[in-house]
Amino acid sequence: MTVADSSIAQSDAPIVTATGVVKSFGGLRAVDVERLEIRRNKITALIGPNGAGKTTFFNLLTGFDQVDEGEVTLDGEVITGTPPHRLAAKGMVRTFQLTKALAKLSTIENMKLGALDQRGEKFWSALIPGSWSAQEREIEVRADAVLKRFNLTHMRDEYAGTMSGGQRKLLEMARALMTDPRVVMLDEPMAGVNPALAQSLLELIKLLPGEGRTVIFVEHNMDVVQEIADWVVVMAEGRIIAEGTPVEIRSNKAVVDAYLGAHHGSDLSKVELA
Amino acid sequence: MDWGFILERTFSAMIGPEVMVYALAAVGLNVHFGYTGLMNFGQVGFMAAGAYGVGVTVFWLEWNFWVGIFFTFVYAAVLALLLGIPTLRLRADYLSLVTIAASETIRLLARSRVMQPITGGVEGVNQFAGPFYDLSPFKLGEFYSFGPFKYLGRDVWVLLVGWTILLLTTLMVRQLMRSPWGRTLRAIREDEDASRALGKNAYYYKMQALMLGGIIGGVAGTLQVIQKASVQADTFNPVITFTIWTILIIGGPGRVWSPIVGSSIYWTLIVFIENTLRQLPPGVRTTLEDTVQLSDFNIAMLRFILVGIGLLLLARFRPQGIFGSREEMALDRR
Repeated sequence: MTVADSSIAQSDAPIVTATGVVKSFGGLRAVDVERLEIRRNKITALIGPNGAGKTTFFNLLTGFDQVDEGEVTLDGEVITGTPPHRLAAKGMVRTFQLTKALAKLSTIENMKLGALDQRGEKFWSALIPGSWSAQEREIEVRADAVLKRFNLTHMRDEYAGTMSGGQRKLLEMARALMTDPRVVMLDEPMAGVNPALAQSLLELIKLLPGEGRTVIFVEHNMDVVQEIADWVVVMAEGRIIAEGTPVEIRSNKAVVDAYLGAHHGSDLSKVELA
Repeated sequence: MDWGFILERTFSAMIGPEVMVYALAAVGLNVHFGYTGLMNFGQVGFMAAGAYGVGVTVFWLEWNFWVGIFFTFVYAAVLALLLGIPTLRLRADYLSLVTIAASETIRLLARSRVMQPITGGVEGVNQFAGPFYDLSPFKLGEFYSFGPFKYLGRDVWVLLVGWTILLLTTLMVRQLMRSPWGRTLRAIREDEDASRALGKNAYYYKMQALMLGGIIGGVAGTLQVIQKASVQADTFNPVITFTIWTILIIGGPGRVWSPIVGSSIYWTLIVFIENTLRQLPPGVRTTLEDTVQLSDFNIAMLRFILVGIGLLLLARFRPQGIFGSREEMALDRR
């Protein structure tokens, strides 16, 4: 798997930027981000207490919600207001906090859905199997390869609805990779995943930067953040209050204060934030 | 009791004009609800649009009948656009509100005095289907028998054309739903946001599905008025929409052969119950009239009540319909 334009992928310019992004709900300023730059081919964690605006910010970046003010760019291109389906075509894909496995589609159908630019997805071509069956076979081969990597081959022909919560998380991420994204945005990828599965999920996420993919994820579990994040962005009350490496963030007093008054003084790495 | 007569009627109903027309309309609804999850509560509106595509063309424009057939497609497609553009970006319930309202608006408008010069008003449009029947290889007024089935020549011709269209449409829908296009529709039915995140323009696909199912409904409406040889606004009442829903639920939504089998079961039951009740021995009949007031009029009501009880039993013991899978049904509850 490769990302289309490797020359851009090599450059040092941030892959995603947000400038002056504001979103209010009624009187509440849910998101108010002055400037955020996401580094290319790194894993960036977005953390913060409940109600910090992480998921709203995620929705703004991925086109699921519209900004009131501000600008978002992907690889230098302004993408503010671009609908989600176009962003996927531009190489930005997301998963959801509440996993969205398509229950009544089989696992392999879920996977094949993820492929972009399918000829058979056009109405008139769909009527002529000859026009898309070759591409469909290629997609299936690719889907099977990803399923194998995610250890889901045994579920291939089962309804996705029969999967456990952890398997659904795996499927959702695997399906997102079928779009061959440059930016993978994971909304709480570890929520509800049992520890054994969580470890393999972490290993899979750690592989993505090596393939030329940037990862941005929202997470509550500090252990996870410590283990895989290259960079941590902390949000509170809609604003970014700190940025840094996981080690820096762990010892940042502002973060600790804003985040967990109750656990102040205890070892942050041993505290599960929920 | 004349069992020969009851069975003759029942057999003829099994694949009769109603089965054909309602099955086709249900194929359209199946595209909407079964595969895409669109809650269309106004399928009869699409039938009316299709029927008036012919009716208005012949009556008002005084153009050729076959041009009218072309307008069947145009009217149904335009109706789908009109209903879809404002609602398909919104939550699913808005489409159901708008479709049920639109189907009644179409009926009331078509029968209104203002529209009389265009739609024929309450009298509707008659004697327009001549060119269709001119092509019939069967003698229109003669009875033809095929095994247990017996129809007038004109109906044999309608059935031949109608079933051909129905089978071809069903096979087309089957092909579409096996393609990546159909997979995307089913994905949107399961979760629209997930589909959008994976690069699918959900609005666009829902619009295509609404148009396809609406046009299929329009063709069903046209076949119905050709068979009745008249376009009457009041035949397009909301009960028809819910009959189509009943048929789809009997068969099981999202399955290729559900509309045909569901429609056949529905109409066979209706006709069998009605004819049996009408053929009861005089003694039994008198007793029922005296005790539960089973008049001729009430028989028509009773058959719907009995079909309703049948539906209740179906919902209790086989909620997935004839063809649906219980395994798939169970996924909804997880």
